[in-house]
Amino acid sequence: MSMTMTQKILAAHAGLDKVEAGQLILVDLDRVLGNDITSPVAIREFENIGATKVYDKEKVTMVMDHFAPNKDIKAAAQCKMCRDFCDKHEVTHFYDVGRMGIEHALLPEKGLVVPGDVVIGADSHTCTYGALGAFSTGVGSTDMACGMATGKAWFKVPSAIKFVLKGKLNKYVSGKDVILHIIGKIGVDGALYKSMEFVGEGVKALTVYDRLTISNMAIEAGAKNGIFEVDEQTVEYVKAHSDREFVAYKADEDAVYDETYEIDLSEIKSTVAFPHLPENTKTFDEIGDVAIDQVVIGSCTNGHYKDLTEAAEILKGKKIAKRVRAIIIPATQDIYMKAVENGLVKIFIEAGCVVSTPTCGPCLGGYMGILAAGERAVATTNRNFVGRMGHVESEVYLASPAVAAASEITGKISSPEEVME
Amino acid sequence: MIFNGKAIKYGDNVDTDVIIPARHLNTIDKKELASHCMEDIDKDFVNKVEAGDIMVAGYNFGCGSSREHAPIAIKESGISLVIARSFARIFYRNSINIGLAILECDEAVDGISEGDKVEADLDNGVIYNRTTGKSFKTQPFPAFIQKIITNGGLVSSIQKGDIQ
Repeated sequence: MSMTMTQKILAAHAGLDKVEAGQLILVDLDRVLGNDITSPVAIREFENIGATKVYDKEKVTMVMDHFAPNKDIKAAAQCKMCRDFCDKHEVTHFYDVGRMGIEHALLPEKGLVVPGDVVIGADSHTCTYGALGAFSTGVGSTDMACGMATGKAWFKVPSAIKFVLKGKLNKYVSGKDVILHIIGKIGVDGALYKSMEFVGEGVKALTVYDRLTISNMAIEAGAKNGIFEVDEQTVEYVKAHSDREFVAYKADEDAVYDETYEIDLSEIKSTVAFPHLPENTKTFDEIGDVAIDQVVIGSCTNGHYKDLTEAAEILKGKKIAKRVRAIIIPATQDIYMKAVENGLVKIFIEAGCVVSTPTCGPCLGGYMGILAAGERAVATTNRNFVGRMGHVESEVYLASPAVAAASEITGKISSPEEVME
Repeated sequence: MIFNGKAIKYGDNVDTDVIIPARHLNTIDKKELASHCMEDIDKDFVNKVEAGDIMVAGYNFGCGSSREHAPIAIKESGISLVIARSFARIFYRNSINIGLAILECDEAVDGISEGDKVEADLDNGVIYNRTTGKSFKTQPFPAFIQKIITNGGLVSSIQKGDIQ
């Protein structure tokens, strides 16, 4: 019986030679992650179970990123609860203000995930690490609690959809456009319960950061995980960030997929997801004049250094539209430092943007850029649900960093070409 | 396990952001979470929901964030069961883990209207619309999952020694 990439990783972590779709298995976890919103519920359940210690101090990981730096007294209490827990259990990888970043940008950067790992995280975008050839998936706080206590989690082995990539992206088109294009095609439940596996010669034409963005939004198609085949670029990235040994899994030649899509990267255009679902995608031939009030460039989806350079290229020497507020959020402290050192922050501030400390803040309507009734934002974030960034009558349009930056300049949803000619 | 209540109905893709908006995630207090349940999709929900009521929805219920606060808020608000055409995978898992009963059944979603009196027999996978007299059959959960739900969730099941 042949297996997909995902199935091979799961089999190896369950101590089995083979697994098949639908099988229930218990797997060993290489990392268990939580943030300042989901960890407090997990800590309560961890104590309810009667657990007295975490399964591995090196593998339990908490990142204070959603409402940190604390947005209010209750958020402060939640971070304190996490901090006290990590102190008590001597958790090595606890990341607090000043050392933290947005979790899914931070973990790869710190070398905490390598190819072949199994990672669960009490955050739906934990699927990001599939970009590095790991199996990673979002779970709830109870699963996190049991994972912290036992180092294990049960899974139903998923079937998979294969995406065979070919060609190269055009200028100003990036990983965000690829994943929005795919979600527009298959829908927000198009990969429900399944793996999305990305293979083909086109993978080589995508940077690791484009891949992180694509895997990050696999959950937006309902997927359990979104995984890329490991290549030289993955190996180079992982070796630059970690000393750990790793295993690169490849699907069997005759692995069975529920569906196969061929995606020609050269045909993908700048894509925008209109309210209120990530599947409501349009390209610029279908987008008329949509005036905007705010732009957010950042998040676990698009807060990487590469994303900031794409925005800076467009904003350099220009001013943003008078009625637009632009909020730029480097995803980690290292990215922030690099943006300062290389003059990106200067470009942003001179254009009229604010540059924030790493935080998930506005993406989920927490703080740092909440919208009023009737306001519209273009955001490089991952969800445009009703009320996601503020008032229920506000609107979020999901786009790439290049489109977001172009829209800052014109004050309406704009393509990069519109401002760069 | 038998549930009885009136149906409260929603559409497709009800996401966890409308079930419990992130602005309220600065607490883990179940009652406080329940007091904001569904407020971004249905401001009247907290006023009309009564203990035992049954939520009925379309495809991909609970999509989006992994926040366990979402099924917690629904359960604490008094909802005894959610029937949908399909559930997003993290919500599905979280519901079982915290002991919120859920069922997938297309026919029941088609055959139940807002306010109908509904009875659901979880052990046998049968849903009755007492207002219209129709009944719908669906796949019941295996016994061990039903036991987790009856016990009030995975942690309670571990505490009771039902899961080692």
